[in-house]
Amino acid sequence: MSSVLVSTTINGDPIEFACPPEETLLDSLRDRVGLTGVKEGCGTGDCGSCSVTLDGRLMCSCLVLSAEVEGRQVGTVEGMVENGQLHPLQESFIDNAALQCGICTPGFLIAANALLERNPSPTEKEIRYALAGNLCRCTGYDKIVRAVQVASKEMRKKSKKTKKK
Amino acid sequence: MRYEAPKTTKEAATFLKKEKGAAFILAGGTDLLVKMKLGLSEPDLVVDIKKIPAMNAISHSATGSKIGGAVSGAELGEHKGLCKTWPGVVEATNLIGSDQIQSRATMVGNLCNASPAADSVPAMIAAGAKAIVVGSTKRRTVPIEKIVTGPGQTSLADDEVIEAITLPKRGKKAGDAYLRFIPRTEMDIAVVSAGVNLTLERGVVKTARICLGAVAPTAILVPAAAKAIIGTKLDDEALEKLAAACSAACNPIDDKRGTIEYRVRVAGVLAKRAAKIAFQRAGGV
Amino acid sequence: MGNDTSYTDQKFEQVGRRVRRPDGVDKVTGRAKYGADAYAPGQLVGLILRSPHAHARIKKIDISKAEKLPGVKAVVTCEDLPDLTGGNRGMMDILENCMARGRALYDGHAVAAVAAVDKTIAKQALKLIKVTYEKLPHVTDVDEAMEADAPVVQDFVFTSGVEPKPTKPSNVSGISQFGHGDVDAGFAEADVIVEKSYKTEQTHQGYIEPHACLANMSSDGSGELWVTTQGHFVFRNVCSTLLGIDIAKLKVTASEIGGGFGGKTHVWMEPVALVLSRKANRPVKLVMTRDEVFKASGPTCSTSIDVKIGAKKDGTITAASASLRYQNGAFPANWGMIGAMTAYACYDLKNVKTVGYDVLVNRPKVAAYRAPSAPMAAFGVESTMDLMAGKLGMDPVEFRIKNAAKEGTRASYGPVYGPIGIGPTLEAVKKHPHMRAKLKKNQGRGMACGFWFNFGGQTCTDLNIGIDGTVSLTVGTIDVGGSRASLSLIAAEELGIDYEQVKASVADTASLGHNDMTEGSRGTFSSGMATIFAARNAVEVMKGRAAKMWDIPVEDVVWENGGAKATGKAHSNLPPLTLKEIAAKSPQTGGPIAGHNETVADNAGVSFASHICDVEVDPETGSTRVIRYTVIQDAGKAIHPDYVEGQFQGGAAQGIGWALNEEYIYGKDGTLQNPGFLDYRIPVCSDLPFIDTEILEIPNPNHPYGVRGVGETSIVPPLAAIGNAVSNAVGVRLNHIPMSPPRILKALDEQAGG
Repeated sequence: MSSVLVSTTINGDPIEFACPPEETLLDSLRDRVGLTGVKEGCGTGDCGSCSVTLDGRLMCSCLVLSAEVEGRQVGTVEGMVENGQLHPLQESFIDNAALQCGICTPGFLIAANALLERNPSPTEKEIRYALAGNLCRCTGYDKIVRAVQVASKEMRKKSKKTKKK
Repeated sequence: MRYEAPKTTKEAATFLKKEKGAAFILAGGTDLLVKMKLGLSEPDLVVDIKKIPAMNAISHSATGSKIGGAVSGAELGEHKGLCKTWPGVVEATNLIGSDQIQSRATMVGNLCNASPAADSVPAMIAAGAKAIVVGSTKRRTVPIEKIVTGPGQTSLADDEVIEAITLPKRGKKAGDAYLRFIPRTEMDIAVVSAGVNLTLERGVVKTARICLGAVAPTAILVPAAAKAIIGTKLDDEALEKLAAACSAACNPIDDKRGTIEYRVRVAGVLAKRAAKIAFQRAGGV
Repeated sequence: MGNDTSYTDQKFEQVGRRVRRPDGVDKVTGRAKYGADAYAPGQLVGLILRSPHAHARIKKIDISKAEKLPGVKAVVTCEDLPDLTGGNRGMMDILENCMARGRALYDGHAVAAVAAVDKTIAKQALKLIKVTYEKLPHVTDVDEAMEADAPVVQDFVFTSGVEPKPTKPSNVSGISQFGHGDVDAGFAEADVIVEKSYKTEQTHQGYIEPHACLANMSSDGSGELWVTTQGHFVFRNVCSTLLGIDIAKLKVTASEIGGGFGGKTHVWMEPVALVLSRKANRPVKLVMTRDEVFKASGPTCSTSIDVKIGAKKDGTITAASASLRYQNGAFPANWGMIGAMTAYACYDLKNVKTVGYDVLVNRPKVAAYRAPSAPMAAFGVESTMDLMAGKLGMDPVEFRIKNAAKEGTRASYGPVYGPIGIGPTLEAVKKHPHMRAKLKKNQGRGMACGFWFNFGGQTCTDLNIGIDGTVSLTVGTIDVGGSRASLSLIAAEELGIDYEQVKASVADTASLGHNDMTEGSRGTFSSGMATIFAARNAVEVMKGRAAKMWDIPVEDVVWENGGAKATGKAHSNLPPLTLKEIAAKSPQTGGPIAGHNETVADNAGVSFASHICDVEVDPETGSTRVIRYTVIQDAGKAIHPDYVEGQFQGGAAQGIGWALNEEYIYGKDGTLQNPGFLDYRIPVCSDLPFIDTEILEIPNPNHPYGVRGVGETSIVPPLAAIGNAVSNAVGVRLNHIPMSPPRILKALDEQAGG
C-alpha cells in the first residue's frame, strides 16, 4: 500500500497531504487537515453532515476519494466566515434557534448556501427539497427552514445595496 | 488499493484488463464508496473515469443525443435541451438521492450498479437508449435492457467500460415520464417504479415503451402494457388494461422496502400516472 | 432565604427572552468539539468486532494472528474485562453488553476489539480474529418470546412480580400492575365497551452523532475519558466500577453532544475503549459507524398492547384496562412497567388496571428514548379513545375533556395530581384555528393527548463572579438542546444583571460534584433550580461584601436590580453598589465571590400535551403526508421560548417518523435488515410541514419559577394523533405502527373487500 499525495485548495488555502488511496475526503479533512467542522453522521451519503463544496458543487465528502480532489477547490463550513464576519446564514441560524445539538448544522449551512447561490429566493418547498439530503433529528426542521428564509431575505437586501453602490 | 485516473476510455479499459485483483470503475462513487465503507467491496484498483473528456460531454447529432458516462445528474438537469426532449429520463436521473448525490451520481453508474431499483434505468429503457461500450480492444453499442442481467450483474466483460449513453432523436409528438414510489419524499430507493415513453399520431398513441423497476431481478420492458395503450387516446379503459398488464408482468420479492402484493399493485398505479404525464407531454388531450 | 423551591409568581426581566445561545457561534463555524473531534498525541484507532448472529455460543476466539500484525497495539475480549461487579447484576448486564461473555445475544453484540496505529491496520486486525460460533435458536418478536417454547434469552432471569416465585427461567423478566377501583364492576356499568389490540415496531433515537470517545489510561491507574454522553458523572461511575478504577482517578469530560434523546444515557462501549487504552498504554479513539449505532446501541422497545375501555352513553368512562408487552432486548429492564404507568395518566378514572410485561428477546439492549415507553401506550389508549368517541357519537375532544385528569385526581399509577395541564391543553385544542381549517378529499384530522413524568435528581452547580463583574456558571448537566442559554438567563435573573454578563459551561467530573444524567426532561428544571440557589448564595456573599465596603451591618443590605442597597434612614446617603463594583473590590473584601449549590431536585411535576394533526392519504399507494401539525403543551414556565418550541417541534417530528416509516426490520435469521439511514427512514426536511406550537404556562408549584421539564412529552401524542387522522381521512383504523404505505394499502383493500 502506498499513499497518494494530494495538492488541493481548501477554503482558499493551498493544502498538501498524503493519504491512502482509499481514504475519503471526509477522513482526510478531519484527520489530516484538522477541519473537524465536517462531521460524519453515516459515512454513506444519507445524512449530509459531511457536506462540502467541490469546485462549487455541493457533495458529501464521505462519497469522494481524497485522490479525486487533486487540483480542485474544496469548501467547508470553516470557510464560511469572511473577514471575521459570520455569513448571513450563520447569523440567521443562531438568531432563529435553528440548531439544538448542532451536529448537523455545518452540513445544513453548506447545503443552504449552495441553494441560495443557485436560487437567491427559494420557496419553502424549494428549501425543503434542497435540504432533504441533510438529516436533523432535533428541530423537526421548522426553525431551520425559517432561518434559511430569513437569511435569503437578508442576502437579497445586501446584494441590492452592493449593486446600488 | 491503487487509484488511477486515465485520460482516455481505452486507457481505462486497459487498466481493467491488466488488473488481476478486484477492479472497479469510479464515476460518481455514490454506490462504490458506500460499498467500500460497509466493507462490501474491497477494490485493489479503482479507475476514476472523470478525467476522460469523452466521459464528461453531452453532444447532439442527427441521430440523437449522447451523454458521457461521467456526466452527473446535476449537469444533466441543467441541460435545457435534454430537459425538453427527454424530460422523463432527466427526471428519473434527478430523483437519485439528494442534491449532494446529484452532484456526483451518473446514469451510467446507476446502470452498472445493476440494482433492480435503479431510477434512471426504466426511463432509459423506455426511451430506447443505448450504451456505447468500450473494451480494451473493441467498441460496441448495446441496448440498455441488455446491460443488466440480474441484481449486481451486468453483461459487460471485465475490460469493458460504458463511455456514453445515446438517446434517439426525438420527433414532435412524443413524451416520456418516470414515476417511482418511495415512503418518504426524498432519499429513498424506489419500492416500485415505472417509465413510459410514447409517440402520438393524430392524438392517438402510435408507439409506446413501458418499463418497470423494482418488480423483478432487473428492470423489465412490458410489451403487453404498451399494446394496451397503442391505438388509444389513453381513455380509462386503456389505462386499466395498462395497469393490469403491468401488474401481471411483475415478479417481485418481499423485502425491507416493500411487499410482493404492494409492488404488484402499485406498479400498475404508477404506470397509469406516468402514461398520463407522457401523453400530455406529447401533446395529447 | 434558604433553598425554598416554592413557586413565587415573580415578574421576570431576563427569563422568557429569546437570546442567542452561548455556544451558537462555535456550532455554526465548526469550532464546537463533539465526541469524535478530540485528538490526543499518539492516539490509536479502536475498532470492535461484532457478532453476525442473533444468538450464538462463542466457542473460541483466536486473537493470536491479530495480535501479531505489525501496528496492532492491543486486542481485547471479555477476558480483559473481568467481573468486578461484586454480584451487581445490573452492572454485569452493562459489562456483558459491552463485550459478550461466552454467548452473543444479538446481531451486533461486541465480541472482541482492537487498537492499532491506523484505521487500515485496525480493519485488517479485525479480520484476523477468528471466532468460532455455534448458532443457537433465537427470538426477536415480543409475543413469540412470551410463548412457552420460545428460546430462553437469559437463563438467570426468573419472572418477578408473580407468586409463587417461578422455578424455571423465562423471557418475561417482570410483571407489574397498576390501578385502582374495580375494573370488572366498571365494565359491567358501561353502556359501550371498546377493545382493540395494537403493535408498535422498534425505533431508534436516530441522533446524528454516532457514539464516540477518546480514552486515555495512564500506567499509574488514573485515566481520562472524552465522550459524547448525556451524563458524564454516571459514565464515570459505571466505567470506574467495571474497570476497578477509583472514581476520583477517572476524569470524564463531556464533549458537545450531537443528539441523544435517551440513547446516550447508557454506557455502550466506553469501558472497551478504556481497557484498550490500558492494555496498549496509549490513547484510544473509538467511534461507532452508523450501522454499529443501529445494531449495538439501544433503540426503544417494540410492543404489543391490548386496550379495553368502557363508558356510559354520556361519555363517562366507567373502566379502563390495558395489557402492555414491551420487548427490552437481551437484558432485563422495566420499560413495560413504565408503559403500564403512563397508559391512562391523562384521565380521571374510577376503575383502572394496567399490567406491564417486560420481555427479553435477541435484540440490542433497549435504552431510553424520549418519554420512554409512553408513546406506544398512548398509541393504544388514544386510538381506543377515538374509537369510543366514535361509538358514543361524541366529539373526540369533548370526550377527552369530560374524562381528563385534574388537580386532585388519583393518577392511574398512584399519586394524586397537583395543578396539571391536560385540561388546559384540551381547551386550547378546542379553541385552536387549526381545528376549524377546511379539509380536502383524502385528508383527515386527528388529535391525541400525551403524558410524561419528568424527573429531578441530583444536581450540583457553581457560580463564580469574575473581578470584572461577569459570571461563570458551571453546571454538570449536559446541554442537549440549548440549556446553557436557559441557565444563563436564570442566573442573570437572580443576580439582576444582563444575560450577556453570564457565560455557562459544562464542567468535567473533576470540577464539580455528581450530577445525574440529562434525562427525564431534567436539565433546565434541576440545574435551573440549583442555579437559582447558587446565585442566591452568591448574592448573600455580595451583600456581606457590600456591608464591609460600607462598614454597616449586613442586615441593613438588600439586593435589588443587580446591586446592593443599604436600607434604613441611617444609610440613605449611601448610593447602591452594583455587582460590578462589588466584584472589583473583592480581592480587598475577602477574595473571590462564588455561589454553590447541591440539591436533589424533587417534585419535577408531570407534563401533558395535546396535538392536532392533518394528513393526506393517497388511496392508490397508501402514501401518507402530514400536511399540518400543531403541538400544545404545558411548559410550566418557558425560560427560553425558542428552545421550548424546539423541543415541541423535535419531539413531534420524531413521533411523525415513528408513526409513518421508522422501524427495525429483522430477517428470519434474526439479523437487522436496515441498519442505516437509507432504510431506517427518519423524516427528511421535505416530509414535514412547519410545526406550529402553543406554549401553555401552568406553573409547577415546586419550582421557584414554575418550570416543568419540556423535553419529552412531545413525542407521546403523534402516533395516535396520526392514526386518528388517517382513520378520519380514509376510514381505516391502523393498529400497527409504523403506518407504512403497504400497511395502509392493505387495510384499504381489506376494507374495500370486506
